[in-house]
Amino acid sequence: MSSMAIIDKGAPTRKVKYGSISRDRAWALRWSYFFLVIFAFASLVPPIYMLITSLKSSTEISAATNPWWVFHPTIENYVALLTSSQFLIFFRNSAMVSVLVVIITMLISVPAAFALARMRFWGSATIATGIFLTYLIPDTLLFLPLFKMFAVFSNWTGIELINRWYVLVIVYPTLTVPFCTWIMIGYFASIPKELDEAAIIDGASWFQTLTRIFIPVALPGLIAATIFAFTVSWAQFLYPMVFTTSTDQLVMPAGIITTLIKGDVFNWGQIMTGALLGAAPPLIIYAFLMDYYIAGLTAGATKG
Amino acid sequence: MADVTLRKVVKRYDDVEAVRGIDLDIPDHEFVVLVGPSGCGKSTTLRMIAGLEDISDGDIMIGGDIVNDVPPKDRDIAMVFQNYALYPHMTVAENMSFGLRLKHYPKAEIKQRVTEAARMLDITELIDRKPKQLSGGQRQRVAMGRAIVRNPKVFLFDEPLSNLDAKLRVQMRIEIKKVHQKVRTTTVYVTHDQVEAMTLADRVVVMNHGRIEQVGPPSELYHRPATRFVASFIGSPAMNFVPCRIEDIGGTLHVRVSDTLAFPLPASRAARYNSVSRDTKLLLGLRPEHVADARSNSGPGFETFEATPDVIEPMGMETFVYFPLAGGQICGRVNPAVDARAGAPLRLAVDLNHMHLLNEETGTVI
Amino acid sequence: MVDVAIQPNRATRTGTRRRTSLRNALKRKSTAAFLMTLPLIILVAVLVIYPAFYSLHLAMLNKSMQRYVGLSNFTFLFTRETFWLVVKQSCIFAITAVIFKALIGFIVAHFVHNIPAKGQRKWRGMLLVPWVIPPAMSTLGWLWLFDPSYSAFNYTLSFFGIGPIPWTGDANWARFSVILVNVWYGMPFFMIMYLASLKSVPDQLYEAAAIDGANWWQRIWYVTLPMMRNIIAITTLFSLIVTFANFDIVRILTAGGPIDKTHIFATWAFKLGIESSDIPLGASVSLFMVPILAVAAIFILRDVNKRGNES
Repeated sequence: MSSMAIIDKGAPTRKVKYGSISRDRAWALRWSYFFLVIFAFASLVPPIYMLITSLKSSTEISAATNPWWVFHPTIENYVALLTSSQFLIFFRNSAMVSVLVVIITMLISVPAAFALARMRFWGSATIATGIFLTYLIPDTLLFLPLFKMFAVFSNWTGIELINRWYVLVIVYPTLTVPFCTWIMIGYFASIPKELDEAAIIDGASWFQTLTRIFIPVALPGLIAATIFAFTVSWAQFLYPMVFTTSTDQLVMPAGIITTLIKGDVFNWGQIMTGALLGAAPPLIIYAFLMDYYIAGLTAGATKG
Repeated sequence: MADVTLRKVVKRYDDVEAVRGIDLDIPDHEFVVLVGPSGCGKSTTLRMIAGLEDISDGDIMIGGDIVNDVPPKDRDIAMVFQNYALYPHMTVAENMSFGLRLKHYPKAEIKQRVTEAARMLDITELIDRKPKQLSGGQRQRVAMGRAIVRNPKVFLFDEPLSNLDAKLRVQMRIEIKKVHQKVRTTTVYVTHDQVEAMTLADRVVVMNHGRIEQVGPPSELYHRPATRFVASFIGSPAMNFVPCRIEDIGGTLHVRVSDTLAFPLPASRAARYNSVSRDTKLLLGLRPEHVADARSNSGPGFETFEATPDVIEPMGMETFVYFPLAGGQICGRVNPAVDARAGAPLRLAVDLNHMHLLNEETGTVI
Repeated sequence: MVDVAIQPNRATRTGTRRRTSLRNALKRKSTAAFLMTLPLIILVAVLVIYPAFYSLHLAMLNKSMQRYVGLSNFTFLFTRETFWLVVKQSCIFAITAVIFKALIGFIVAHFVHNIPAKGQRKWRGMLLVPWVIPPAMSTLGWLWLFDPSYSAFNYTLSFFGIGPIPWTGDANWARFSVILVNVWYGMPFFMIMYLASLKSVPDQLYEAAAIDGANWWQRIWYVTLPMMRNIIAITTLFSLIVTFANFDIVRILTAGGPIDKTHIFATWAFKLGIESSDIPLGASVSLFMVPILAVAAIFILRDVNKRGNES
């Protein structure tokens, strides 16, 4: 009865359908492009406007001209920032913090992920779940107790951590390590078990299995995790706002915001230039390693 | 090269016994195939020999030394996996030489061994490729090459042909046999495919439920199975089993399969089965080739009867007929020239010279 | 036939010997594994779990952190009107932003999925840019777009006779603005997640549905959505947590203003704890994020367990 009905419906329309399917597709395609243009435009307006502004002089910015156009392009903002020793210090601090955090993150999370993915031991499942849950404790919950902890720490030991750039090297791994470990567990778990058995039979130790088989095979995951750790460290805003204040200890985003915005005097040309330069490293990495970037982004949810 | 000995080997997972006390002697140079249905413990046994699983009880010896505590790398074995387990980031040559490089062999020797193995397996031109660029059969060769290069005491194969298509499987089967004839390394080979077992093995070990059912050369297993399991597992199509009893009719021993059908036993068989209790529930085991068309099969021990097949399978060089008998389905093999049609009565002959008689309860062959 | 065992005595003897050495080997292996995870455990214990509990302790001290005051920080908060404003604004901000991110992300993912695979990379690349720019930096761009006197948006809208709109000056517009920026920043994440999961739906399912007579809408409802359910749930949950705990966007765009109308937990806690140096009160505020995080944790744990059982 029901199958009859389907045949009845399908049979007469079938000939028409071929034409209508391709027509439907053509329209769907046109609409898709139409909306994609709109959404891509919406996505790119702020950065483009930042670029436009960064090429303007202060006089042009305060003049009542069309804000969407540069009438007298100038690179004076870029020159000013890139020759300012303060800005270069931010950049250097950011670079040092990010690189160190990436190294620490990888040194902690790769062996941990290997152990959790392959060397089952007592409590390993609990630890794996626990790592995932730490992802739920946000920086905005931890900054006050950490601030107090570091203050107490320096009272005890005399080692000053607050307002030192390297304090960020200590706290950033809390943001990067759990997620990177999770990504690497996913990548390591997807390596067939026979591969490490083959390696063991070939005479490799656990350490050799990790360095000579797992790391090379999971290299895409390693790159994705590295990119993740780097971009997170570079973009962090709250912790530097809390832990660092002196201009020689500040890192990129926080530095631009605390030093370029002075009271009510907004030098928008320089602010936008600074913001663009601050966004440049992640954007450059993204431009060249987009596939790894996206793999890392999606790996956490789909693989984990 | 060495012999492999298993003594009362047991593998327990928590409270489940996967392998329940296996004893096996594999002399040097022998090619032994462990065969059985999935979950019979054959792979676990192999992995215990490899050292990938620890032994719950018993001893494993390679070359006379107990290796229970010896880690895999020191057992001097090589293993070929079902999914080949080639290192995806290494070339064929690097894959093959990985084990030697870990042991710091001199470069010249590594190169010489790899070249030799590659030539033996006919993969010389693939030596610089990555596994991704290889076909299934080529990957299989590389996996074997990796084993050969090591020149180990024992080769272990874990269902190496399961991922290949039927045609390639036959080809690789021959290849494996050729390699073994050349290198003569003691080999333990695990498969669930009885054809592979029969064609490759010097001796076949049939396993079921963690125990060894029977060990023997392929022909012995085929012609003289010890248990119902072996009888039904070896051979395709499988052996037919018909419930039956032994009866004395007019002074001769008969095997009765139904109220209307009883076959007189030939003299040799009658002597053998005479002591069987007439009340025991028995099974008559007959291979399809021993249920044939009556016209071209006659002589002492052949008994004819009539059956109506309901399914006919013409295979070209033979035709299988399926017909109901005593509540079960029987497969017979007739000459393709015989005009067999579904629903049409057919005159068939059973060859009782090759019959088996089994105790239905214990499953043992009498 | 089965070989007969020889020397059963020896077998049992070696059995006991082996079991002890085996236990040692296993212990060695799990010790090595434990040592490999130890840095991770220490990091999480010292810098995540300890401070999380420490903030509970802090929340029960007075401003100078000399005296234990019990729950009086919390009772004080309950009497403050701003606190209830923050609670309300946090919920409105997080829920509205996540809903729009999820919806727009879903739609955009479909558009990208619809076009030929060759061009998808390019579009995906452009659409992901908002997510790649550090939010603190892009919010500066938005701040400039919203500038009261030089707003490029108001300049454009004036041609249509609209405005000028007080983007960050008026409480309701400011609430709208922070949500808009958050949606702009977070939508690509949803889009990329959905796109990945759309690609994992086998084409045969759509073909089977089409043969069964399903129209475009039915295909989405009966095939796409059920197949993507897990990804949608996980992504939404993640985004809810991150949005709820957001700091950068609100801090830079409105700093909680006008008159505390756009404060959310994180920005208010920052203002109280760091700027007004009342760490205990700030800690009390940020602890109010815990309930929703706990709910999220329960959902995720359930999901993790379910997956554990399946495998």
